[in-house]
Amino acid sequence: MVSYISKRIVQTAVVLLGISLVTFLLLQVVPGDPVALMLDRRADPATIAAVRHQLGLDLPLPQQYLNFVNGVIHLDLGNSYFTKAPVFASLFRAFQVTLKLASLSFLFAIVLGISCGMIAALYRGKWLDSSLMTLSIIGVSAPSFWIAIILQIIFGLKLNLLPISGFDTPIAYILPSIALGTRYAGSIARITRTSMLDVIKQDYIRTARAKGAKRRAVIIHHALKNAMIPIITLVGTELGNMLTGSMLIEKVFSIPGIGKLAVDSMSNRDLPLLEGTVMYIALVFVVVNLLVDISYAFIDPRIRYGKGAAS
Amino acid sequence: MKKFFSFFNKQKKFEEDILNGEMEYSSYYKDSLKRFRRNKAAMFCLSIIVLLGLVALLASIVAPYDPSYQDYTSVLAQPSAKHWFGADEYGRDILSRIIYGTRVSLSIGIFAQLLASIIGITLGAVAGYFGGIVDSVISRIMEIFSAFPDLIFAMAIMTFMGKGVLNLYIALGLLTWVRTARMIRGAVIQLKEKEYVEASRASGGTSFRIIVKHLIPNCLSTIIVLVTLGIPNAIMYEASLSFLGLGIQPPTPSWGNMISAAQSVIGFLPVYSIMPGIAIMITVIAFNIFGDGLRDALDPKLRT
Repeated sequence: MVSYISKRIVQTAVVLLGISLVTFLLLQVVPGDPVALMLDRRADPATIAAVRHQLGLDLPLPQQYLNFVNGVIHLDLGNSYFTKAPVFASLFRAFQVTLKLASLSFLFAIVLGISCGMIAALYRGKWLDSSLMTLSIIGVSAPSFWIAIILQIIFGLKLNLLPISGFDTPIAYILPSIALGTRYAGSIARITRTSMLDVIKQDYIRTARAKGAKRRAVIIHHALKNAMIPIITLVGTELGNMLTGSMLIEKVFSIPGIGKLAVDSMSNRDLPLLEGTVMYIALVFVVVNLLVDISYAFIDPRIRYGKGAAS
Repeated sequence: MKKFFSFFNKQKKFEEDILNGEMEYSSYYKDSLKRFRRNKAAMFCLSIIVLLGLVALLASIVAPYDPSYQDYTSVLAQPSAKHWFGADEYGRDILSRIIYGTRVSLSIGIFAQLLASIIGITLGAVAGYFGGIVDSVISRIMEIFSAFPDLIFAMAIMTFMGKGVLNLYIALGLLTWVRTARMIRGAVIQLKEKEYVEASRASGGTSFRIIVKHLIPNCLSTIIVLVTLGIPNAIMYEASLSFLGLGIQPPTPSWGNMISAAQSVIGFLPVYSIMPGIAIMITVIAFNIFGDGLRDALDPKLRT
C-alpha cells in the first residue's frame, strides 16, 4: 500500500513539473508584450527596460523558469501586473468562493445522482426507471449556463423567489449550486444505475440473497459498495471540474471565483495571475486524481496488489 | 454410428451451401446493423441527426429570413406568426439564426472530431504498439493534457491563437484527442498479441504496415463510436466558448453566442435564450443516444 501510494506521488510530482513547464512555455508565446500593455503606450524604452528588469523578464528563459518554480514552491507567485496585489492572496480569496459553490453543488449532485441512479436500477424497466433516465439525459445534455439562465428566468424573474446574481447571502447560493450540479447529477445517476445493474448480476449478490439477507441489506452492504469504483472515478473528475470553478456559472451569476479570475487574467494578459491560476487549477486536478487512485486501493484491494504499477 | 454420419452429412451439406452461396455467413457488420435496427431510440435519433444535417445543408431554403437581415421595425419582437421565435436586438429573425446555427455547430463538431481522431489514433496506436519508453512519453503527455480542465484549456488556446473558426477547430481538436488516444492505445495493446500481427511480422511486414493495415482497421468500431460520441462533446464546448465570447463571433450566428446575447433581455424576451438551448439539447441528446446505440451494436464490451 505504502509503495503504491509513494509511486503515485512521485508520478504526480513529475506530471506537475511537466505542467509548470508547459504553462511557462505557453505563456512565452502569448502575443503582445505584457510590459507594453502594463505601461502607457508612450512609455520610453528606458522605462520599459527598467520594468522588464524589475520583473526579471530580461533574464535568460531557463533562469526565468527556475525563478518561477522556486516561487511556486514558496507559495510566492508574484504580484498581479494590473492590481499589484499578490497573486497568492487573490487566488486564495477566489478559492474560498469557489469552494463554497463547489461543495454545495457537489453535495447536490451526489445526493440526487446516487439516489436517482439506485432507484432507477432497482426499478429497472419500469416507468420510474425510464423517466429518471430521461431526466438524467436531459440534465447531461443541457448546457449548464443555459440551465442557469432558465433557473434565473423561472425563480428570479417570474416567481421572484431567489436572487439572480451575487454571492453574498446564503440564499443566493441556491440557484448557482443547482445550475452547476444538475449536469453532474445526471451523469452520476447514469453511471450509478449502470454500475449497480452490473453488480446485481454477480454471483455473490445471489449468494447473499440465497443465504437469506434482506434485499435492502444486500443492496446497501454488497451492491452499492462494489458499485462504487466507477462512481468514484466520475465523482473525482467532477470534483476537480467544480473546484476549478465553472466559468460559465460564475459568469451568469457574476460570482468572483476562480473561473472569473482565469477569464480576467486571460483577457488582461496578466501573466503572473494567469500562471498562478493555471498552476492552481492543474494542481487541484492532479491531486484529486491522486486521491481518487488512492481511494480505489482502499476500496478494492485487487488494485493495490495487481495492476498497481501500471500507469 | 448412423446418427454420427447423419450429423456429418448435415455439416457437409451446410458447408456446401455456404460454398455455393446459397447461405451466407452473417458478417460482423451485418450483425451489428441488425442489432442497431432493433434499437428504436437510436434509430429515432439517427433520423433526427439526418434531419439536422439536412437543415444545416439547406439552411438558406429552410430559414424564413436571411440570418443577418435587420428589420428595425421588429427589434426584440415577441413570437408571432411573422417571427415564430421572435426577433433579436437588431430585429433579426431568431428562428432563422438558430437554423443557420445548426450549420456552425455540426461543422465544428465534425471537424474538431476529425482532428482529434487523427492525433488520437496516431499517438494512441504508436504508444500501444511500441510500448516502452515511447509509450511512457506519450502517456505522460496525455496526462499533462488532461490535467487542465477542458474549458480553461480551450480558452487559453483561443486567447493565444486568436479567435476564429479555424482556431476553434484546432482548440477543440486538441482538447479531445486524449480520450481517443487512450482508447486506441488500450485496444492496440490487446490486438498486437494476436496471431495475425505475428504472421504479418513474420512475413516481413514493417511496423508501419502492421499499424495501418492491421491494427487500425481492427479498431474501426471503437473509432466510429468515439467519433460519434465526441461530436456532441465538441458541440457543447463550442456553445460554451461562444457563450464566453471566445468562440464563434457575432454576427455569425451560433447557439452559444445567441444565448450570450439574449442574457441582457431574459426578462423581456425569454424565448430568445430558451430556444437556442433547446437546439443544443436536441442535437447533443440525438448524437449521444445514437452513439450509445452504435456502441451497443458494434462493440458491447465498450460499454462503461
